[in-house]
Amino acid sequence: MSEPAVEDPIANHSLGDSVVERLAALTAGLRAQGTRVGLGELLTAHRALATVETASREEARLALRTVLCSHHDDLERFDRAFLSVFGDGRPPADQALNELGEIERAALPRAGIPGTAEQSAQDDPVPVPAAWSDVELLRTKDFARYTDAEVAVAKEMIARLARRGPTRISRRTRPSRRRGHAPDLRQMVRASLRTGGEPVQRRWRAPSRRPRPLVLVCDVSGSMAPYARMLLQYVHACVAARRRVEAFAFGTRLTRITNELTGRDHDRALERAAAVVTDFSGGTRIGAALAELNRVHGRRIGRGAVVVILSDGWDRGDPELLEQEMARLRRTAYRLVWLNPLAAHPDYEPLTRGMRAAVPHTDQLLAGNSLASLEQLATVLEEE
Amino acid sequence: MTIAEIGSVEAATAALATQGYLADRQLALAVHLAVALDQPLLLEGEAGVGKTEVARALAAATGARLIRLQCHEGIDLHHAVYDWDYPRQLLALRAAEGGVDEGELFARRFLLQRPLLAALESDPAFPVVLLIDEVDRADDEFEAFLLEFLSDFAVTIPELGTVSAERPPIVVLTSNRTRELHDALKRRCLYHWIDYPTAERERAIVHARLPGVPDEIAARVVTAVGKLRDQADLYKLPGVGETLVWAQALLALGDEADLEETLGAALKVHEDMLRVRERKVLEGV
Repeated sequence: MSEPAVEDPIANHSLGDSVVERLAALTAGLRAQGTRVGLGELLTAHRALATVETASREEARLALRTVLCSHHDDLERFDRAFLSVFGDGRPPADQALNELGEIERAALPRAGIPGTAEQSAQDDPVPVPAAWSDVELLRTKDFARYTDAEVAVAKEMIARLARRGPTRISRRTRPSRRRGHAPDLRQMVRASLRTGGEPVQRRWRAPSRRPRPLVLVCDVSGSMAPYARMLLQYVHACVAARRRVEAFAFGTRLTRITNELTGRDHDRALERAAAVVTDFSGGTRIGAALAELNRVHGRRIGRGAVVVILSDGWDRGDPELLEQEMARLRRTAYRLVWLNPLAAHPDYEPLTRGMRAAVPHTDQLLAGNSLASLEQLATVLEEE
Repeated sequence: MTIAEIGSVEAATAALATQGYLADRQLALAVHLAVALDQPLLLEGEAGVGKTEVARALAAATGARLIRLQCHEGIDLHHAVYDWDYPRQLLALRAAEGGVDEGELFARRFLLQRPLLAALESDPAFPVVLLIDEVDRADDEFEAFLLEFLSDFAVTIPELGTVSAERPPIVVLTSNRTRELHDALKRRCLYHWIDYPTAERERAIVHARLPGVPDEIAARVVTAVGKLRDQADLYKLPGVGETLVWAQALLALGDEADLEETLGAALKVHEDMLRVRERKVLEGV
């Protein structure tokens, strides 16, 4: 089936090489941009080219796009890759490499991850708490005063906390010992076989619990910098540990970082996230960010999600907009929690314009400055 | 036209058009490929752009049987593939006065066919279009099962054995993107993103679906909907479905029809309506 495809030329007037090489270059271009293209897709692409009858460039483009893209974000990447492979004769490989290099160069300094921590974590043995009391001291210590070694120690505790999250009752049922739920007819028929057809034993099914969607919206503006590295670590741990978690970062604008944070390697994940978040350590416009969350990602949040906003509430945007969007968010979400590192101070009162507008619409305002406060958050999340 | 005759993009366009579904070139190509390559087609897009309608139109145009599986939260094998008719089994046990063996009890006549099994067991002489609607509402376990189902077109019922399709159905999956589907499932499918139609196409859609609507109403509604979709800060943008309802509303009201007054046909969020009225978006349309 793939044989004729090899001979079938696409847009052959400007290209001398075989389709095979061009397709390989195209898929390489896609992969360089983060799209997953397997051998299966490549083979399907060849088959698709064979079925498209006209040898027009546009037809081939549409066919390849349908086969090679599996995601809305892929479409743009595909257009870029297609242009560079079949376009005005620009060398495809060079460009892809340049782009990649830029991202890597740009990623580290903007991430706000201390460079030494990365090296020491790899070169030296990983620091572990010497005694139970170390952990205990760490629990209440403010994130902003953490040393790099303490960051490494806290990592494991954060990972453990991240496994705790909201659940809800599912419509799926599972066998249960307790009577009073729905009868389990399937098991009763089976059990009756053993008793000569008489349903002597009663069996029951009860609803099971599933993870409730969790949406984490993390402020990465300048004023949050001391806390952002630990809070992002928590966000990453949540994405890695649980299903149905969505992560966003915002300063002046909102960026979805769920896909970037997926994967177990914490440092790589944060690097990837830093590459897409363009406004690290800048200003804050919470209202605008939430407006985008409500509109563009409204359906991802859906009904019944717990939304956690991690921000100090220093807002340079329009407080009225913030209030409106908070109200909307609270109406669509199951529960809205605000995690504010400043709230840890005993005398803290939400006096900034932003917090004054937001607090009436939050279900809960918690501190987010230490492991103990994250523990508190985990407990709140687990509450029904 | 039969399924087998959809051998080109033009044929796919024509087939869908016979049902009043005006597909753009990209969508027609995706449908053509799905038929030609025997691969499932995954359709994503905003609400109301006509994802489900593609499968309906394809089935109706080709005389294929449409089997629809509506996914929902908590859906499992017993909703989607098969279930045993327990009440009848219990009655049969009773009637037999003790001494029924397992084979008799789990016989074919006590099996309830659900959509996916129906698609597998359908007569190979008649093609089937299997619509798996709103797959994003199902959970990960079910998605994993679907992945298996879509690669083998076979299911195993422990008591009876394996049932496989003599002729795999044409499969159309739709997703509203309330969550991201698993990569593996997406990679099994051809993917197409349905966008809002252009004004020109949308007008043609109104005429195709509502033959009684005069052109001035169609043009007016399409312009109005276009203006609403330009308002980036609305919570919920109107889809093609809303356009059709709006056109019907204007037609029913006759001469007194006013876009502002019938705004409820297109916008369903209170704040959105306030915003549109305040900014006089629809003035002069």
